[in-house]
Amino acid sequence: MNGQSTAAVRCQNVVKTYDTGGDKVVALGGINLEIHMGELMMLVGPSGCGKTTLISVIAGILDQDSGSCEVFGADLLHLRSGEKLKFRAQNIGFVFQAYNLLPSLNAVENVSIPLLINGVKRQAAERQAAQVLEQVGLGARGKSLPSQLSGGQQQRVAIARALVHDPRLIVCDEPTSALDHETGHNVMELLKQVALHRDRALVIVTHDSRIFGFADRIARMDDGHIEKVVDSAEDL
Amino acid sequence: MNHIALKMLMGDRGKYLGIIMGLTFASLIMTQQPAIFVGLMMRTFSFISDLGLPDIWVMDPKVQFVDDIKPLQDTKLYRVRGVAGVEWAMPLYKGLLKARLDDGTFQTCNVIGLDDATLIGGPPVMLEGKLEDLRRSDGVIVDIDGATDKLAKPPQTPGGSPVPLKIGDTLELNDNRAIVVGIAKTTKTFQSQPVIYTTYSRAVRYAPRERKMLSFVLVKAKPGQDIPALVRRIRETTGLAAYTQQEFKDLTMNYFLKNTGIPINFGISVTLGFVVGAAIAGQTFYNFTLENLRQFGVLKAMGTSNWTLLRMILLQAVLVGSVGYGLGVGLTALFGYSMRNTILAFKFPWQLLAFSGAGVTLICIFAALISIRKVIKLEPAIVFKG
Repeated sequence: MNGQSTAAVRCQNVVKTYDTGGDKVVALGGINLEIHMGELMMLVGPSGCGKTTLISVIAGILDQDSGSCEVFGADLLHLRSGEKLKFRAQNIGFVFQAYNLLPSLNAVENVSIPLLINGVKRQAAERQAAQVLEQVGLGARGKSLPSQLSGGQQQRVAIARALVHDPRLIVCDEPTSALDHETGHNVMELLKQVALHRDRALVIVTHDSRIFGFADRIARMDDGHIEKVVDSAEDL
Repeated sequence: MNHIALKMLMGDRGKYLGIIMGLTFASLIMTQQPAIFVGLMMRTFSFISDLGLPDIWVMDPKVQFVDDIKPLQDTKLYRVRGVAGVEWAMPLYKGLLKARLDDGTFQTCNVIGLDDATLIGGPPVMLEGKLEDLRRSDGVIVDIDGATDKLAKPPQTPGGSPVPLKIGDTLELNDNRAIVVGIAKTTKTFQSQPVIYTTYSRAVRYAPRERKMLSFVLVKAKPGQDIPALVRRIRETTGLAAYTQQEFKDLTMNYFLKNTGIPINFGISVTLGFVVGAAIAGQTFYNFTLENLRQFGVLKAMGTSNWTLLRMILLQAVLVGSVGYGLGVGLTALFGYSMRNTILAFKFPWQLLAFSGAGVTLICIFAALISIRKVIKLEPAIVFKG
């Protein structure tokens, strides 16, 4: 942990169930979790244990059934739709397993999207996007389409996109699972180096035990519950 | 976000072209088929349009359209002339007569007999000769289409082209000699028969003898006359049917609309074009949206509002609609231009642009609506699914 104790995310007794054709499946069965500013928290656990559901709730793109989840003091469940959109647009950055870059936009245009959503004019947004691409080592590939980039480069573009609007929380879903070991390691180095600082928190959902070492804390989930929260992979 | 919407649309060339093609097809069918329909309908009254001078047409009350001749007694002409407010009233003969051609075959022709003294009711454009030449012995004026096609003389060499009729050539109309003294341009008629103009007295001589020969009385109102009032007065005084030029056109067109299968046939074509175009464009656009659902989900997760996404989809729909409409209308215009010298009936009034524009707009709204519904209902959490 980077020595910061202010809570970025505070989940209390968060419950989420899915209705699968009459059967209720409990995805989150009363989650309690705090993620601090300046912290890189990893959520680990077997498939179907509720990791993705939890980051969806934390990111404000899925409503829990009960309990509260405060992100920087705002209870997203009780925000109106427009306020929640604005909150997400300003405060949250996303990095996805499959990168989810828009295939017909070049790197600069992809990175500029969060700025455009926040109302920045196109020219200024693309200028700023080019600067962030420079930061992630892709300054020369700004005009490249996603299909012209390697997996590692695409993930760097995705990281640039997550950072460009200077959000306070970055949620990453399996950011290294589509990458080979070395590229995955480099991506994590980059994330830690450029994304993590005292005013920002990172939540990473992963299966990839090779990157556990980058975490400040690791929350192990199973069957919709957090089994334990540890400071290092050895304690899992 | 507009440029993102456009890049998303045009990034997938195959789909983009598919949607454009669907809309182009729909627009083409919705414009070209009605243009032919309008052209055909306008031909039904082209003879009335060509005779621009008279204000009022007087005829037997049983006449249903311009080619439905029910002759009047010649004395009716004088009764019409006696109605107050009539500046002049002239006789007009119109009938189908057989012309014997040089090769011995017969061709039915539309023979128009004009008032001997004034020649009122003559062809709108003279290409060769003068209208007054009709006063020469046995003189007739033939329309250019008839002269170069159905009335043309046989080729002089085997396999050669027919020789168009020219001034000085002769025809045989009902065993009567007729000499071509002029070539005129007339608007094509619905029945596309050659048109032969001559004097009234000569026309009734050519025609089989009947007790009544007068087809129409053409009336010009005195300056300042209230035309509808004069029409009513002629009806009341003579017991004949009287119509303004526009009323007679409407009567003729309505007859064809009600009594022929033309509107239904063209209606089916246009409806089919609309349905097929809507199906192709709607489904391709919907598929395009489905395939981009994840991208819309990403935008939604990052904070894009439904309203912005809706605007993006509408912009995409407007773009493909405009391009498809433009291409369809352009192709229709090209079709009309390339067919201008053929027998095909084709008329492209501005109302057709509005009609097909409305059709394409409906298709685009339909395509956009089914896509918008999907995107609005989209859960942004889809982005975390592998």
